[in-house]
Amino acid sequence: MAASLLRELNSLLGSSNVLHKIEDLALYEYDGSVEKARPDLVAFPHTTEDVSRIVKLAAKYNVPIVGRGSGTGLSGGALARGGGIMIVFARMNRILELDLENARAVVQPGVVNLDITRAVEHTGLYFAPDPSSQKSCTIGGNVAENAGGPHTLAYGVTVNHVTALELVLPDGEIVRVGSKHGDAPGYDLCGLFVGSEGTLALVTEITVKLTRKAEAVKTLLAIFDAVDDASNTVAEITARGITPAACEMVDGWTLRAIEEYIHAGFPRDSAAILLIEVEGLREAAAAQATAVEDVCRTHHAREVRIAKDDAERDLLWKGRKNAFGALGRLAPSNYVLDGVIPRSKLPQALQQISQIGKKYGFSIGNIFHAGDGNLHPIVLYDPRDPRQFENAIAASREIIRYCVELGGALTGEHGVGMEKNELMPLLFSDADFDLMRRVHDAFNPDSSLNPGKIFPLSKGCGEIRVRKMAEALPAHV
Amino acid sequence: MTATANLATRLESVLGAHRVVASEAELCEYAIDGMVPGAIVRPTSAQEAAEVVRFALTEKLAVVATGSRSKLDLGMPPARYDLALDMTALHDIAHFDPADLTLSVDAGIPLRQLAKVLAEKGQFLPLAVPCYETSTVAGALASGIDSTLRKQYGSARDFLIGAEFVDGKGALCKSGGRVVKNVTGYDLHKLFIGSLGTLAVITRLNFRTFTLPQTHGGHLACFSNLGGASAYRDAIGKSGLPLANLETLSPEMVALTASVLRETNAEFAARLDPGKWWIYASYEGNEAVVPRIARDLQKLANEAAAANGVILDAASDAHLGGVLREAFDWLRWASPSVALFRMALPQSKPGDLADLLCVAQESALRGALLVRAAAIIYFALLAEKEDEAALRALENAAAQVFSHAAAGQGHATLLHTSSKLKSRVNVWGPKRADFGMMQRVKHSFDPQNIFAPGRFVGGI
Repeated sequence: MAASLLRELNSLLGSSNVLHKIEDLALYEYDGSVEKARPDLVAFPHTTEDVSRIVKLAAKYNVPIVGRGSGTGLSGGALARGGGIMIVFARMNRILELDLENARAVVQPGVVNLDITRAVEHTGLYFAPDPSSQKSCTIGGNVAENAGGPHTLAYGVTVNHVTALELVLPDGEIVRVGSKHGDAPGYDLCGLFVGSEGTLALVTEITVKLTRKAEAVKTLLAIFDAVDDASNTVAEITARGITPAACEMVDGWTLRAIEEYIHAGFPRDSAAILLIEVEGLREAAAAQATAVEDVCRTHHAREVRIAKDDAERDLLWKGRKNAFGALGRLAPSNYVLDGVIPRSKLPQALQQISQIGKKYGFSIGNIFHAGDGNLHPIVLYDPRDPRQFENAIAASREIIRYCVELGGALTGEHGVGMEKNELMPLLFSDADFDLMRRVHDAFNPDSSLNPGKIFPLSKGCGEIRVRKMAEALPAHV
Repeated sequence: MTATANLATRLESVLGAHRVVASEAELCEYAIDGMVPGAIVRPTSAQEAAEVVRFALTEKLAVVATGSRSKLDLGMPPARYDLALDMTALHDIAHFDPADLTLSVDAGIPLRQLAKVLAEKGQFLPLAVPCYETSTVAGALASGIDSTLRKQYGSARDFLIGAEFVDGKGALCKSGGRVVKNVTGYDLHKLFIGSLGTLAVITRLNFRTFTLPQTHGGHLACFSNLGGASAYRDAIGKSGLPLANLETLSPEMVALTASVLRETNAEFAARLDPGKWWIYASYEGNEAVVPRIARDLQKLANEAAAANGVILDAASDAHLGGVLREAFDWLRWASPSVALFRMALPQSKPGDLADLLCVAQESALRGALLVRAAAIIYFALLAEKEDEAALRALENAAAQVFSHAAAGQGHATLLHTSSKLKSRVNVWGPKRADFGMMQRVKHSFDPQNIFAPGRFVGGI
């Protein structure tokens, strides 16, 4: 990396907004996935104009750019696979406008997801997408990955809550797409950019919809002695047309780990639990809760508890949302998958995942958004053992292949990133890649933004900007 | 041999004679703003549609994909129009997994036919769009026309989960999938919503479906002025009552609605006082929820000093809801010259509605307003003649509507008007700042500009 680039970046932003020492950069070489790649420089812009200037500087030196929120992503989306400058949005973290009458918030990308809700909840509004990492993940990252969460079952993922974006293109141009009040004439560019994993533009401002809190919420904990009973319950809830706000499943192996750590009140001796939430008017929530309980009992639930109050409800959700942290106590590392399947295929999918685990010698935990068929099998392994690492990757790929065989997809909410890009041909043809590549090139012709993501390296887009393995850090180091 | 006959003959060599039509009478049925295609092709498979596109590429022909042709008047007239690609022969249900609430259907399936199949399993697709009896699923989607159920179920972008299509290079492509949650690859299918067929030829669409509600009902509240109606609407918003639809009707719109209702239900029509503002709410749920919402609405209406409030049973709700769903259709023919706008403005400024009616008044035009789903404004400017004076009045009023929308951080589109007015007014209004971005998208899908050229925003 040219010393003159560092000098120019320092003069642009001030040295307190630039990192260049190896020990500092090391903090930015990983995210929540198993991948690693180190940027050459890290820059902290404060304004959209800063971002534009950094991008122009990067273009001048022909180095790649990758955007990053708080680095909680699970697919390597915010890793500098091609080195270059990492733009970290942590200091662009202001809520710019709260328009409560029109239920909109305009925010900078570095705003933490939960902080939007915290800013408006006193008015009865909240921001609906709720990834498990919502206490630390940023809205910019949510937009890049089109993040989901437990309650997206009823309320949709990030894209369903974004109406306008301000973007910086790879040449530094600042553009706005969409409209505050939604449905602007023309193509749905917001729909394209949300979930494009930072490969088309950098997002510098986001207008989001705020949702009104439901009148009544009921949270049910259903306890099962057999995993099949729990998965059959989910399939039947879906088939009966009951739409809970959330329907989460945790298998026994995983919930014992959670219980050790969180003490959420999950029964240690069960095979699986379902955490199901229904919302709406009092009458609707009561009827749905009864219907859900009925399905649970039909499928031999040992017990169905309904949270008595907000404190009990919060504790149950704390157990669910901190599960991944709890698993860190069991093994040095874990690999969280994100496959999606048709919900009617849930029972057979869980059986197959268990078989694949046995084949490779792993215990695979499952804690996932059962209601929308979004699986999160978790493979625990020791990255210091190369053989274990290879087996973890092989088992993961086999699970994803099986999801696709069932009519599913590679990723429901974590993104493709650099973790699943080589699996993309399982779903897409050469013609599909050709069109996606043309769309990519229309905005990011030199692959200067986030190279080496989404597309298989053999299918174009950014391979020349991706460092060879010898230059990049091996994932298991 | 004429050029048209030549074209038909060449097409027949690609697809066979039975797929190609070139009779004068039928060609006229596919006219867009007076422009008639050179031939009509009816592919029966995605592969055949791709063959037609490749033929068009070779011959440098402009292609407009059509469904039931109920909304061909949307957008500007095409700059070129050689082939009408009639997609109605692709009308199968490729996949329906009721237990997963997912669906994959061919582009040309009529919404009504699809609804019957879904209803057998207690499900539906919330695309309650105008011209419902004839509309095809892809036509409804590509038109971008609003569903009356969008308040509760969102617009198509909220339940469209994938698509298959022919791109501008003649290749069969896909985007998304058949699962309800999916971030694998770019969400290209969302771009087709409201694209008027300018990006690709849609061959198949995948949706998540929804469970039919146990029952539904409606409520009508009548106010002597806009202030009362707005206060009531705001109170509903703050109440958090889950409504399937919420429509505000200006006095003129009430009169027009009553005249349509009169043809089928004179007694009901007589209950609508055309001198007033009306707010219509519809809601769904179980036998406990529906009466609860009706009671709450009536209470809110009383608190807002409504002049009248009527609770509608399911049959009356369906009847009125059906008439209002078709408003786009009947407003088009409500007077000799019509300019029908679709607008979005901040909800917090009811004064905007009054300002719009002033635009009509100052131009000596009738103005009728309908706010759909508490968000989208349909504003009809009606002239009693088709002469030059009427055209000029509509032209001037249109300019004011566009500038009003821009000033309010909103937007406006002239959804329907005559070809004559289209020659003076760009129906898309002034170019937006993101037009350059749209051009990039168009070029990547359709590099040779063969799909409906000129119909879309900024001449795309």
